[in-house]
Amino acid sequence: MKLFGYKPTSTAWLGLAIITVFILVAVFADVIAPYSESESVGQTWDDPSWDFLLGTDNIGRDMLSRLIFGARMTIGVALVTTVLSFLIGTTTGFLAAVGGTVIDQILSRIVDVMLSIPLLIFALIILSVFGSSIMTLILTLAVLDSTRVFRLARAVATNLVVMEYVEAARLRGEGLWWIMRREILPNALPPMISEFGLRFCFNFLFVASLSFLGLGIQPPYADWGGMVRDNGKAISFGLPAPLWPALAIAMMTVGVNLVVDWILSINSRPSGASAEM
Amino acid sequence: MLKTIAVRIVLGILTLWAVSVLIFAATEVLPGDVASAILGQGATPETLAVFRHELGLDRPAYVRYLEWFFNALHGDLGIAMTNKRVIVEVIAPRFMNTLFLAGYAALIAVPTSVVLGIIAAINEGKFIDRFVNIISLMTISVPEFFIAYVLILYLAVQFEIFPSLSTVFPEMGFVEKIYTTALPAFTLTMLVMAHMLRMTRTSVLSIMSQPYIEMAFLKGLTRSQVIVRHALPNAAAPIISVIALNLAYLIVGVVVIEVVFVYPGVGQFMVDGVTKRDLPVVQACGLIFAGAFVGLNTIADVLAIMVNPRLRHPR
Repeated sequence: MKLFGYKPTSTAWLGLAIITVFILVAVFADVIAPYSESESVGQTWDDPSWDFLLGTDNIGRDMLSRLIFGARMTIGVALVTTVLSFLIGTTTGFLAAVGGTVIDQILSRIVDVMLSIPLLIFALIILSVFGSSIMTLILTLAVLDSTRVFRLARAVATNLVVMEYVEAARLRGEGLWWIMRREILPNALPPMISEFGLRFCFNFLFVASLSFLGLGIQPPYADWGGMVRDNGKAISFGLPAPLWPALAIAMMTVGVNLVVDWILSINSRPSGASAEM
Repeated sequence: MLKTIAVRIVLGILTLWAVSVLIFAATEVLPGDVASAILGQGATPETLAVFRHELGLDRPAYVRYLEWFFNALHGDLGIAMTNKRVIVEVIAPRFMNTLFLAGYAALIAVPTSVVLGIIAAINEGKFIDRFVNIISLMTISVPEFFIAYVLILYLAVQFEIFPSLSTVFPEMGFVEKIYTTALPAFTLTMLVMAHMLRMTRTSVLSIMSQPYIEMAFLKGLTRSQVIVRHALPNAAAPIISVIALNLAYLIVGVVVIEVVFVYPGVGQFMVDGVTKRDLPVVQACGLIFAGAFVGLNTIADVLAIMVNPRLRHPR
């Protein structure tokens, strides 16, 4: 079977399968989950049984149901963040490449300074001012992450701006926005797609880490990072409770990474659109 | 060469200054008012005004920035809002703890990953190379607390080899400290090792396609001789800068790890500060972390210039 004209490797299929299952679970959470995400149905840290397939959590909620609802929250937030970050990063990156030296210098220097503070530290500083509602979380992470996207988008676009067809478009009198959208974007897509996967992984782990620190997605919503935090104490009794959500996080990132590896291997072939990258 | 290095160091200091502006701006100038954010919606205009005056928020932003910046230069990071303690006194021992943990992890991670990376490069495509590759890929893609909890479950709970919480006291002996902080140090090691190992392997292998390596092979040298004598010295520059960069990553990884193991370091202090919305504490910790990050990046560049002659003359 082929996908977009290329045959996925077996590891890529594995990755695609993991991603598909997780996304289906996230979309149909209401239908699949045996219990609700906030209802206490058992004792603290019940062992796995036929009633509770993965046991219960620190206040007796069904672990599997929370995992299923958590998929929606954790993947959803990471996905929205990444899409937003790409919208900001690609637009500014292309603008820096197409719009001339002054715009380029201003944008690039701002991004350089932002890149010299570790992302986690920066995010912590901003969240301490605004508190962590889901909106501020998404906006903060998207803006911070877009600095990384900016760098790639700018690098790719600088190589494309010198092409004859861009020159032709300029001479035809097309505007900046038109050139960015119709000439640069389609040709910059291949490297940007694999970067999207990598940034998604990064944001996904980042949201999970922040929630784990208690500064990301707040209760009562179930999310995987927060679930690890809530159940952390179980580990000292030898119970694997915090490992289930942590494992879910790990599987998702490994899945995306496998697919990204495959896409990268397509792009690095001589026939690939971005062979010179 | 000295000139290039001096320029790089001045650039580093400039970056640090810009970073201090950014940290200050992020906390104080951004839309949204700290005072009303902390007091909540129930605050009356009078209490808000009093609180703003107490925080000094009724003065212009640049005055507050200059005051904060020069105080920080003199080693005064202000007073914590929540418990009115002098931040420097609280942070100093915690900073030593964080340095201890990071140094501990670095001492294990750097030699192990360089050696393993070279071994993987020597045995390219063989079983040991693939094995090392898969393990390092896995540690890159799992969250740090997953590694931490797996280590706790097996090494601290099932086989009680190490303690699961790393509470250290100033009175603790050195050996005891090493033992107590073993698990967080191992976790950090695994976090940073993967990148260093893969980069070592890649840079050794990329040198392997050079003509002079082929020449060395044609002279009749064995693969390990070629790698150790000819490839490694030329791969040293990228390896050194990757190591310094990863030590910078270590600084960030430390935040989550300190929280998992309840280790009294700057990272935990910062997370506490964020939870309590204690802005001076957050600013101070942010400045320390960013300073360490910028410092290590500068060192990475300086080392790269010193090791690689081609970088000594800027184009």
